[in-house]
Amino acid sequence: MTTSPAYDLECINLSKNFGPVRAVDDVSFTIPSGSFFSILGPSGCGKTTLMRMIAGFEDPASGDIRIKGKSVIDKAPNKRNVKMVFQHLALFPMMNVYENIAYGLKCNGASKAEIEARVRDVLDRIALPDVAEREIHQLSGGQKQRIAIARCMVLDPDVLLLDEPLGALDLKLREAMKIELKLLQHQFNTTFVYITHDQSEALVMSDHVAIMNQGKFEQIGTPQELYHAPNTSFVAGFVGDSNRWSGRMTVINGDTATVETDAGLTLLCSPAGSIRPEAGQSVEIFVRPEFIHAHRQDTSPAEDEPAPVNQLDGKVDSLLFNGANSRVLVRSSSGQLIEADVTLTGGTDDLRPGEAVRLVWSPQQTMCFRT
Amino acid sequence: MQKDVKRLSLILLFTPFALWILLLIIIPHMGMVVLSLREKVAPRVYEYGLGNYIDFINEPIYWNTLLRTGSMSLLVTVLALLIGFPIAYYIAKIAGNRTRGALFLLCLVPLWVSDLIRAFGWILLLRETGVISSVLQWSGLVHEPIEFLYNDVTVIIGLVYTVILFMIVPLVSTLDGMDNAMIEAGYNLGGSGPTVLRRIIIPYAMPGIVSGCIVVFMLTAGSYLTPILLGGKNSSWFTEQIYDQFITRFNWESGAAFGFLLLVFTSFVVWLGLKITGQTLANTVARS
Repeated sequence: MTTSPAYDLECINLSKNFGPVRAVDDVSFTIPSGSFFSILGPSGCGKTTLMRMIAGFEDPASGDIRIKGKSVIDKAPNKRNVKMVFQHLALFPMMNVYENIAYGLKCNGASKAEIEARVRDVLDRIALPDVAEREIHQLSGGQKQRIAIARCMVLDPDVLLLDEPLGALDLKLREAMKIELKLLQHQFNTTFVYITHDQSEALVMSDHVAIMNQGKFEQIGTPQELYHAPNTSFVAGFVGDSNRWSGRMTVINGDTATVETDAGLTLLCSPAGSIRPEAGQSVEIFVRPEFIHAHRQDTSPAEDEPAPVNQLDGKVDSLLFNGANSRVLVRSSSGQLIEADVTLTGGTDDLRPGEAVRLVWSPQQTMCFRT
Repeated sequence: MQKDVKRLSLILLFTPFALWILLLIIIPHMGMVVLSLREKVAPRVYEYGLGNYIDFINEPIYWNTLLRTGSMSLLVTVLALLIGFPIAYYIAKIAGNRTRGALFLLCLVPLWVSDLIRAFGWILLLRETGVISSVLQWSGLVHEPIEFLYNDVTVIIGLVYTVILFMIVPLVSTLDGMDNAMIEAGYNLGGSGPTVLRRIIIPYAMPGIVSGCIVVFMLTAGSYLTPILLGGKNSSWFTEQIYDQFITRFNWESGAAFGFLLLVFTSFVVWLGLKITGQTLANTVARS
């Protein structure tokens, strides 16, 4: 081996059916070595099936899986150098921590001294050097998590698959484990493939995220790309929060278009997505709450903004206080609730429920997708 | 008030249990022990002593029968485990949800028929003029009737058939509690089929295996009907000796001693089994 292939994992036109249901539909992707890749999708989108095919527990109907450039499609699960952290971790309760980690090494026929050295080493690396003799039920949730990862990493896998391993943890621990997982991935410098339905997990940890829906990949990109430049309306709606409207595009003029919404509003927006909408087509509009500015109507600044903007008048319905991420819910004259980010300082300047406000946002931040 | 209700319900629940333990287990066994320690020195004259137990030791046919019963029961237990484990594994792990219930029910069906009738079923199949012998003659493989009954193989087959369900039930319930991901993890980490079976599935199922073995061994060693009907006089089952002492020879003292010895012997074997497998009785019975 003079040069290692650029991709640790390649999936080429993978498909899988369960009876009449197409669980995974012609999925192709490549994962560069040493990166943290997430597959994000709603439950039932086929992400677990995809992962089980990579691990070898399901046979694909068609397509190929390559690890380090070599097809593994005909290899049994125990012959693939792909290790998996299961949703409920699946640590072996009849073995202690040491035996759990040593299991894979023993299967590979490593010598006793080598097993001892490598188990100690991996326990050091996950910062749990003293738990070797503990029983599994004596560990805390976060410790179990790390043991499950160590049990795989001790075998130097080409790819580590993680199937929503944080799902069973409580919120505080989950937040801590997100950072921890990212650090572990850096430390081991192994390709992690992380399956989740929780977008914040995917966005925080990943180098690249694939959005999966109904067996297909909607978009693959960095978290920033997915958030700011979604390709489809599904991605725009699934990643992050959005206000949405549906309507019909009336005029298109370069980068700006005019849309008549179903409720009768006229909004300026920028066409987005891989297939751009055209005039006369029905479209969906997404606006992130952080791009909408709410002003009091009576004190609204003298408006001589250079560019045309979208404006909407309404009444403050309620305030959702959450520190720096506080939001205001505004009921527009057509009755729709619109979310906008606000800064609540606790002073007298803060918006109050019932006040009349004007919402302003620019057409560039108004994404419009063909439906 | 609340406390009184609680206490009353406890007493009500506990009374039948206490009565059962006392009247049907403790008193009869104490009676047996007392009876077994009595020696008949003259008509209607008894003395206390260990004579009945000394008789047992001095007469090789008695303790040979006991050892034979024990070893054959162990063989039946091992066979029931070897046959029952794959069945239980199939029911618990491989069969779909709907077939699982049906398969379990099929296992239970034979229990609707009494022991006696089931043994007669075997007799109809295996006797000289029975189904198997006739079919073999008809097909020309043999030229004269064959007697399949009254040998050890038949007794063992019959016993395995009678007790295997008591092996399958605890095995299914322990294997059912095992997360499939654990087996997959076993493969994923590089284990081959035999490794996963040996290092993961069997250790996990150990409580079920041990409790199934205890039940099967106890039932087999204490069974009477199947060895007598299928083995005839050749079966030399220890329960037959006890029956003989009580009923045929009307020697209750010696019968009681034999009964007590059987209890001690089987308990010892179970204790030994638990020691060897490193399980505790509480652990196995509670888990399966």
